[in-house]
Amino acid sequence: MTYKSLGDPFNPDQSLLHEKGCSCTQCISENSKACGAQTLATESKPDRERLDTTEDMMDRVIESTIVRGVFAHNDFSRRSFLGLVGGGLTASILGSLIPFDEIKAAVKDSMGKLEKTKLNVGFVPITCATPIIMAHPLGFYSKYGLDVDVIKTAGWAVARDKSLAGEYDASHMLTPMPLAMSLGAGSAPTPYVMPTVENINGQAIVLHVDHKDKRDPKQWKGFKFGVPFEYSMHNFLLRYYVAEHGLDPDKDIQIRVVPPPEMVANLRAGNLDGYLSPDPFNQRAVWEKIGFIHILTKEIWEGHPCCAFACSKEFTNRYPNTYSALLKAIVDATHYSAKAENRIEISAAIAPKNYLNQPEPVIRQVLTGRYADGLGGIQDVPDRIDFDPFPWHSMAVWILTQMKRWGYIKGDLEYNKIAEAVYLASDAGAKMKELGYTPPTETYKNYTIMGKEFDYTKPEQYINSFAIRRM
Amino acid sequence: MRYRPALRPLIISLVFLFVALGSWEWSSQPPKATEALSEYELLMGGAEQEARVPPPSAVIIHAFNELSDPFYDAGPNDKGIGIQLAYSLYRVLTGFLLAALIAIPCGFVIGMFPVMHKAMNPYVQILKPISPLAWMPLALFIIKDSEASAIFVIFICSIWPMLINTAFGVANVRKDWINVARTHELSDMRTAFTVILPAAAPTILTGMRISIGIAWLVIVAAEMLVGGTGIGYYVWNEWNNLDLTSVIFAIMMIGIVGMMLDLILSSVSRWVAYEE
Repeated sequence: MTYKSLGDPFNPDQSLLHEKGCSCTQCISENSKACGAQTLATESKPDRERLDTTEDMMDRVIESTIVRGVFAHNDFSRRSFLGLVGGGLTASILGSLIPFDEIKAAVKDSMGKLEKTKLNVGFVPITCATPIIMAHPLGFYSKYGLDVDVIKTAGWAVARDKSLAGEYDASHMLTPMPLAMSLGAGSAPTPYVMPTVENINGQAIVLHVDHKDKRDPKQWKGFKFGVPFEYSMHNFLLRYYVAEHGLDPDKDIQIRVVPPPEMVANLRAGNLDGYLSPDPFNQRAVWEKIGFIHILTKEIWEGHPCCAFACSKEFTNRYPNTYSALLKAIVDATHYSAKAENRIEISAAIAPKNYLNQPEPVIRQVLTGRYADGLGGIQDVPDRIDFDPFPWHSMAVWILTQMKRWGYIKGDLEYNKIAEAVYLASDAGAKMKELGYTPPTETYKNYTIMGKEFDYTKPEQYINSFAIRRM
Repeated sequence: MRYRPALRPLIISLVFLFVALGSWEWSSQPPKATEALSEYELLMGGAEQEARVPPPSAVIIHAFNELSDPFYDAGPNDKGIGIQLAYSLYRVLTGFLLAALIAIPCGFVIGMFPVMHKAMNPYVQILKPISPLAWMPLALFIIKDSEASAIFVIFICSIWPMLINTAFGVANVRKDWINVARTHELSDMRTAFTVILPAAAPTILTGMRISIGIAWLVIVAAEMLVGGTGIGYYVWNEWNNLDLTSVIFAIMMIGIVGMMLDLILSSVSRWVAYEE
């Protein structure tokens, strides 16, 4: 296949302009065909190679663009220069000055061929993973040419280990996990990246029905609480919440790590007095009439991040086009999940055994935000859970301050450097733009959490401003 | 009717089964669905939708449904009971055979040479009582493959009974027989294969039976931890949904398969048994 506009830019006999009366082989053959005359057998240097694949075509477009640029888009001077110096020599001179291969790779990154289409993406069965899960039944992965298997995982430690082992190409994770993994907290340090956040809000503090009279956290001394993982927003938010009420989370209460799916069974067995966990297990406890929703986490921090989509740095380097397509599918699915009118359809799509394996009315109450609180009331909170892909660097800084506050990491931290290396705000922003959404212009902002201001420019002062801390 | 004493145990066990299942059925009837629910009650879910211990009739119906289509495959997280059991059996048999390949020759050496027995015994005694699941985090970290880690856990738990029983069986072969072999001037290798191995075979088989029993116990726990596929994952997945009907069904299947594994090995051990 040859394309007229894709002539070899290093061939002096080849016009790239194809003006009227052009003497190149293709134009002549076209003109003669139009006249019905015999094709003229003009001798011409053979084209360097035929452009059989889209890959070759892309390469040629890039070469051509650069060469035209070098000769200031003057086709006459290009052809006379090449006639004097020779096409091959020009190519090698230009090649030594301009990194053709890198430019080609960079251009193709956004539109090139997928290196790998069969992917395994891990998820823990909770509603935070909604975009990752529903992208499968609702066809967001296949829309971008990917054949993804979403694999259910028993808990975060296993999700982390399977990701580190390369069994998962990418995985649903908690926002603090890629930071912890990159820093080597709790595992061997492996560079991990988090191109998008999945959900904001969407967690809750659930207490056992026996504690209906203990709504003031000051009465919680000696309680046993469950959180899904150490490096989780759940752990940091619960610690923050009880500490603001004057309880030391390491001394006055006990915090245990319980994988989300086992929360309800443990609450029923009396192993836990309550938990701060992902849905649907908060609503499931209400459904089973063994717990009630004390508060939603959006009352602690409106718009806090929770779960994320993450993969290894190696995956992004090795399969740039696949990564790009996967990210686009996820950002697209996240925006789709954010729309209230799609939530009922999504509830039905993710409730079956292959995905969350939960009663559909429970999922629907979580996603639509019209729910029974277990205390006799119906609440209407449309943003009980919301979906927003943009990974704010300031969120990472807040998480790092809490990791340091509670002694999970020690020593001096370069907050902004870590945040920017792990949370790929520019990647998410680029995909949002491609899909027609407007990404925020900044990547840092301040937050107000339980009435207390977090200034991202002063992380150390922020940590020191807390009375209860482990440092 | 003529009195037949042979039937008595059968009648007693049938009566026991009938009473046990009957009282279970009677005590676990679901509550009646209430009518005219308010929105709050609808959102809370009626009492009949709550998770509870099912009556045996529900388990039997569920078992019938599952077993009539045991090999369906509705995606990576939802496969039929037959496929799940096949995954578990594959892991157990692979780990078990690898363990047998190592444990039986090693046990032979330890049994034949008292000095080796004295040298290796402390290590065996320390490693033997470690719960195989305690190896799991280490295995996942080092092997970096959850499938291989599960097989490794089966391997490590089934190696000890076989090793110890082989060593014991070999060490306790009657000295007279070895002396007879010696007077016939048999080589050491021939003595090992024609005299010691057949003599120790029943003890070795007993070790193998203990091992496969333990391996089948451990695979359920290992798969609950690692997830993905297998009967252990099936139990875990249904536990998430507090679907006890499926859990009880899975418990029965685990029991039946474990019993079949034991029956196979016990018929092999009858085949190698001998009368002195």
